[in-house]
This record gives sequence, structure tokens and C-alpha cells, in this order.
Amino acid sequence: MLKEYSFEKTAIQTFADNVPLALRTEDMQVFYGSNHAMHDASLSFPKNQITALIGASGSGKSTYLRSLNRMNDGIATVTGKIWYHDVDINEPDVNIYEIRRHIGMVFQRPNPFSKSIRENIIYALRAEGIKDKQVLAERVERSLRGAALWDEVKDNLDKSALALSGGQQQRLCIARSIAMEPDVLLLDEPCSALDPISTVKVEETLAELRKKYTIIIVTHNMQQAARISSQCAFFHLGHVMEYTPTATMFSNPQIPVTQDYISGSFG
Amino acid sequence: MEQTNSDLKPNDARTDDWTARLHRATRATREDWLGRGISYLCIGVIILVVASMLWFITSKGIATFTQNHVNLWKFISGTNWSPNQGQIGALPMIVGSFAVTFAAAIVATPFAVGTAIFMTEIAPNKGRKFLQPVIELLVGIPSVVYGFIGLAVVVPFMRHLVGGSGFGIISATFVLFVMVLPTITTMTVDSLRAVPRFYKEASLALGATRWQTVSRVILRAATPGILTAIIFGMARAFGEALAVQMVIGNAAIMPKNLISPAATLTSQLTTGIGDTIDGTLPSNALWSLALILLLMSLFFNALVRLIAKRGQLSHER
Repeated sequence: MLKEYSFEKTAIQTFADNVPLALRTEDMQVFYGSNHAMHDASLSFPKNQITALIGASGSGKSTYLRSLNRMNDGIATVTGKIWYHDVDINEPDVNIYEIRRHIGMVFQRPNPFSKSIRENIIYALRAEGIKDKQVLAERVERSLRGAALWDEVKDNLDKSALALSGGQQQRLCIARSIAMEPDVLLLDEPCSALDPISTVKVEETLAELRKKYTIIIVTHNMQQAARISSQCAFFHLGHVMEYTPTATMFSNPQIPVTQDYISGSFG
Repeated sequence: MEQTNSDLKPNDARTDDWTARLHRATRATREDWLGRGISYLCIGVIILVVASMLWFITSKGIATFTQNHVNLWKFISGTNWSPNQGQIGALPMIVGSFAVTFAAAIVATPFAVGTAIFMTEIAPNKGRKFLQPVIELLVGIPSVVYGFIGLAVVVPFMRHLVGGSGFGIISATFVLFVMVLPTITTMTVDSLRAVPRFYKEASLALGATRWQTVSRVILRAATPGILTAIIFGMARAFGEALAVQMVIGNAAIMPKNLISPAATLTSQLTTGIGDTIDGTLPSNALWSLALILLLMSLFFNALVRLIAKRGQLSHER
């Protein structure tokens, strides 16, 4: 039996004014029809750091993540403010295509297109109107290097992306996202479909990418959150309960529900 | 109840019992045999029917060449169709059939794909609630009704528009366009719906617009399915007899343009079948037309299978 926890007592960290933030949400609510899936989520994400979102299945962490680059448009109703460069990007008149170029996303299951490795990466660049072969080739190499995949595929760029292993496919998806040179990279359980060795590679890639990008990662795996993130947000039944530095969350959780989740009482 | 290990192990005295026991027929095995027998019987009957139809049409169809000693090449390339005078050049009907089939497919495909995109990507709810039933209704309308509308509306319209009798390939194309549209549309809708959601999501997450996503990812992934849909539409157009016969004018002469009366393989079959005596050249010649129709539908089928195989390869992950 899941204990009833109070949603009143939360421990949400805020940041000093001099900490540069990449993204900030204010009282975000998400509704799937009449189902209120996310309550008052107010979180700030410091630049060039990895923030992990943890919690049990159905806690709303993926819902929250997908709202950040408006991937929930047409699926759910998202209210509240999402601040990005001092613009509320949750306004209806904001260009969602532009947002997604700056806030990239990698999904739970590797989802490369049924095209060659090269075509996968230049797909979005072409859509943006870049045609120069030189520029495209440079971007392909740079983003594949960024995702630590270059050495494995450089001789087979025209091979189908579907012939790659799951871990390689996921790194290709990361490469595809960073080819757009976004500010923020959202990752929705990127390792849940991967084996441990591929997972290590993706984690190493993320640690390297942190230098250039702000990373927000949803993960089911508490060890993974502990290994890679600087701060951690714990979600429970559509509420953000605790948001603290990762070291604090795992050694000294502030509220009972986090303590129970961290110690494995549920989830 | 407790069973020890030794109870289960057959000892010397019981070994034979167990052999017999584990080999005898029970209710379960008999049911198994019965079920298998029934389904073998059904498939046997079907195979027999199909095989005898194939044999029948083929043997009748080749009689023109084996008994009446008509040259096969002359049959296919000849342009004079007067079976009673011994002239059976089938080219006018072959050309007519292909002309209406391709023309109908070419005209119908853009409309069908556009409608399917609207139904799946632009307004999926309206598509499912309103358009789907409408299109399914169109599939169910008997072809004689289409032919009748063609005769009453399309033919006079063409007569006013371009002159002449109004009967001809263009009227047949128009009627077939309406008839194959629902076929191509429903199958295209199915293949668009079958495109995995993650393709669309991946594209949108990269900042691609909805139109870029549809044109470069979804349509690309659905191409084998759309091609299959078009071929099914063509097969339907190729095989349609009644509606075409009512509007094409039924003149077994080489079509000079799109508005002069012409004939297709099917329309010539339905027109001529009542006037012939079994076993004579005019009758055998019609069977030969039927054989061409049969071969063409086998060809369409083979094409669909080929595309399905190719499509499978490109979707593996």
C-alpha cells in the first residue's frame, strides 16, 4: 500500500540571482482533459548543468519534460509560465518550431528515421534551409563527435541508421538534436531501452555535453541520477516534492516521501 | 495430497502402462485432428475452385491460338476487332483498358493522398467521425449506380463541354476516378496511420514544421503502403466492367482521342458475351480477352507482394 503523503510540505530549491538560468517554469499545470496531471511545478534550471527528474511511473516527470518544448501541444493543456531568455514560451503566439530548435529532445526509445546516418542528422538542418554541402558535412562530423559516435560510424555514414545497435541509435538521436546547436537538451529516460554498457556510453556523452548544453534528464534509475546530475527534482503523483542538490537528495532527503522513495519503499 | 518422487517414476512393472498411456488418443488429440481436418477440407475446396477456374479460363483462352490457329502476336498487336469476319486484333481493348486505368489512377491519387493526409494529420477527429463513414459508403455503392450517374450526368456534360457523343475514355476515366478514390483513400489512410508515432515525434522535436514532417517523414515512411493502395485502385479500375461499359461508347476501334467512343477488355466482354456461340472463334476470342484480364490481375497481385516485401525491409528496426 502506498502511504498518503501531504503535498503541502515541499522542499524546492531556488537559486541566487547571480546563477545563470537556462529555463524556469512558474506554476506550471498540465491537464489531460479533466485529469490534472501536473500541479504548480515551479523549477529553475541552471545553465550548463545536468538536472535529473526522478519519481515513480505516473508521477508526471515526463509530462513536465515534454511541456518544456511544447511537445504536449495538441495532447495536453499546459498553463503557467515557462521562461526562456526572459520570454514566456508557453504563450500561444510563440513559434513552437523555433523553440524546439533551441530546446532539443531525445526520447525514451531510440527513434532514428529510416534513413542513412547522415540523412538523420541533416534532416533538421535541411528543414531549416541549410544546403551548403560543406556546412552540412561539418555539422554531421561535429555533432557525431559530440555524441561520441563519430569513430564508430565515420566510415558508414550512408548506412541505414536502423542497422546501428540500440545504444548507437540513441547516441545518433542525441547527435541529431545537437546538430541544431540547441541551448537546452531534454532527455526522456534515454537509457531505459539500453543495456548497461550502452548506458555508460550515453552517460559519458552527457557528462561531456554538459559543458556546452543545459541538460534536463528524466530517469527511472536513481543510480543514474546520482552519477550524472548536479541537482535532482523528485516528482510524486503530479507534484514536485523536492528539488535539491543531488548529493543532498540522496544523503539527506528533506521530506518523508523523498526519504521513502530513495530508500526503496515504493516506486 | 502428497506425491513423492518415486510415485512419478515408472518402475519396471509400470513402464508399459506409461508407454501406452502417453501414446493413446484422448479427447484433446481427437479434437485436434477434427479441427485440422475441417480446415484442410475448406482450404482443399478453395484450392480446387481456384485451380479449376484458372484451368478453365486458360484452356478456353488459348483455344483461339491452338484451335483457331490465330497468331498470338497478331492477337495482341492487331487493331481490327471483327470476330465474325475472323479478325481479332485485341489492341484497341488493351489500350482502352490501360488508358482508363492509368488516367483514373493519376487523377485519383493526388485527391486520395490529400484526403488521407487531412484525415490523419490535419483533422484526425473529423476524419474518423465524418469522412471515414462517407468514404466507406462510397466503396459500397454498386458499380451500376456509378455507371448510371455517369450516363446521366458525365456523358451529357462531356457532350456539352467538348462536343461529340460524350461517350469515351474521358467519361470512363471520370467515373472510374470516383470509384477508385475511396479505395485508394482508405488504404492510404491505413498506411499513414501505421507510420510509427515516434517518427512524427522525432521530426517535430527537431523543430520541423507539421508540413515538413508530413512530406519528408510520414509520406516517405508510408510510400510502400500508398503504392499498394494505388495498385489496388488500378486493379479495381482495370477489372471494372459495368460502369465503364455504360459510358465508354463500346466501339472496338483504336481510340484516337479521349472523347471518341472506345472499348476496354471488360466492356467488350460484357458487350459481346451474349452474341457468341460456344466453341466458335468469336467466343474463344472473348475467352482470350478474359485470359488477358486474369494475367493482369495476377500481375497486379505480384506487384503488391513485391512492394510489401520491399516496404518491410525499410521498416525493420
